[in-house]
Amino acid sequence: MTDLNTLKIAEARDALRKGEVTSVELTEACLKAIEGAKALNAFVHDTPEIAMEQARAADARNAPDAPSLNGIPLGIKDLFCTKGVPSQAASFILNGFKPEYESTVTQNLFDAGAVMLGKLNMDEFAMGSSNETSTYGNAVNPWRRGNDDTALTPGGSSGGSASAVAADLCLGATGTDTGGSIRQPAAFVGITGIKPTYGRCSRWGIIAFASSLDQAGPMAKDVRDTAIMLNAMCSHDPKDSTSADIPVPDFEAALTGDIRGKTIGIPREYRMDGMPEEIDALWTRGKEMLRDAGAKIVDISLPHTKYALPAYYVIAPAEASSNLARYDGVRYGHRARLAQGDGITEMYEKTRAEGFGKEVQRRVMVGTYVLSAGFYDAYYNRARRVRTLIKKDFEDAFAQGVDAILTPATPSAAFGLGEMAEADPVQMYLNDVFTVTVNLAGLPGIAVPTGIDRQGLPLGLQLIGRPYEEGDLLNTAYALETAAGFVAKPAKWW
Amino acid sequence: MSIDTDTAARVAKLARIKVEPEALPALAQEFNTILGFIEQLNEVDVEGVEPMTSVEPMRLKRREDVVTEGGQQDKILANAPDAREGFFAVPKVVE
Repeated sequence: MTDLNTLKIAEARDALRKGEVTSVELTEACLKAIEGAKALNAFVHDTPEIAMEQARAADARNAPDAPSLNGIPLGIKDLFCTKGVPSQAASFILNGFKPEYESTVTQNLFDAGAVMLGKLNMDEFAMGSSNETSTYGNAVNPWRRGNDDTALTPGGSSGGSASAVAADLCLGATGTDTGGSIRQPAAFVGITGIKPTYGRCSRWGIIAFASSLDQAGPMAKDVRDTAIMLNAMCSHDPKDSTSADIPVPDFEAALTGDIRGKTIGIPREYRMDGMPEEIDALWTRGKEMLRDAGAKIVDISLPHTKYALPAYYVIAPAEASSNLARYDGVRYGHRARLAQGDGITEMYEKTRAEGFGKEVQRRVMVGTYVLSAGFYDAYYNRARRVRTLIKKDFEDAFAQGVDAILTPATPSAAFGLGEMAEADPVQMYLNDVFTVTVNLAGLPGIAVPTGIDRQGLPLGLQLIGRPYEEGDLLNTAYALETAAGFVAKPAKWW
Repeated sequence: MSIDTDTAARVAKLARIKVEPEALPALAQEFNTILGFIEQLNEVDVEGVEPMTSVEPMRLKRREDVVTEGGQQDKILANAPDAREGFFAVPKVVE
């Protein structure tokens, strides 16, 4: 039998149900893989005791009708609060924080029988596109450019999740996506990741970045696995007032692969100046694959696309400055050592200067500025008006009969760690140019690996669906995945 | 709109983040880069457009205004950097 940690969730589930493998064996294989992959810096808090205990419990309840993820070993992004286990959003300001409660999404996964292997690296407070803002140091992409040993980014903010799934350290992982933080890293490492409709997954117990944009979602080895995980993660939750009170359908059952008669929109505004030829060619091939599968391809216009990133960089920092006000050195995490005579204001200022990294400080201050007296209308309210227009662009496209929209997932393949160090912050923000519109409009979006570039790195395409139509979106993604036949894996060097 | 070092210092103060005076010019420069990028929003005609408050049309649910999960003082204080006698402890606030 192949190494158990390389199994997909669906394969492992079927083998577990047939009694061909135990969760303890699967979990041990993953723990061994994690032990041997320190160079990737993907797992930052290992929880082997919890994992083995959950695995033994899963084996004890194993039956043909066991819950959907019974005995499946997963990694959990450090943004999720997990009871008694460090949960610090990759920030020094939450150093030592061990929640007394469990996030709704992780509780849902445990209720479905899942096993937690540990916590995964990420950008600090999910602010970043390269996992370089983490207090734990960079996570590393298991992929390399041919024989070149330059360390590449796994993307961000869910970089540890991406790296861990691509390197077969776990069968699947949780991610969160505020501007592209599931889809961009998934594309950078050749895996599948979906951000569901805003409100599908409860945000309760997920450390907040920008509350009107944040959504959790699964990152896994193929579309079917993301469908299985997503089913377990979604629920209506009274503890999150924006949680959608609508039934969660069986997403896996939606995967028929039949997309005949579906209409796929190609937005002309996503053809960016200076877009690499390989990305353009991949997009064209994606179009052809969906057409060959029986879909109708139509050109559409999303006229306000250009303004999505600037609107995002008002709204997200504004919400972050408000959300992150709670880190004051009083109730949890780091408190600065105070000098003689320091009062409470000095305590706040020193704690936040020591506890927050540079990018987080920058965004909190930008958010403070755009919300400050005299600028609130000019920046924050204007950005919220533009957001209304961005959402209307999508509504108009869907009203014309478009079922899903096909775009590139990222403007490039994975770049080298440190390569953007000298660039100004806006250059890094451009990574999210194709994904951020989806968060602003609250829509579901999925990244599917579809090709390999000349340097041997994976490239992904993004499909965007109608609100709450994740089943249909996953099915279109399944048809794209089947046609693309992407099976490449990174050569093991770690 | 250009941000000078005085404005940068004021924003840092409002955000309660200590920034050393020698770091202010670079910080002001970064703000200007980011705000320059944001200025593009001025090209958009937003006349008569409502600012978005909720991405999906939904009415926020309300619950009964009652204690739901009270009586957890130990848990609430468990992560505090300094907790004494059932309270969060901070430097003297009132003279």
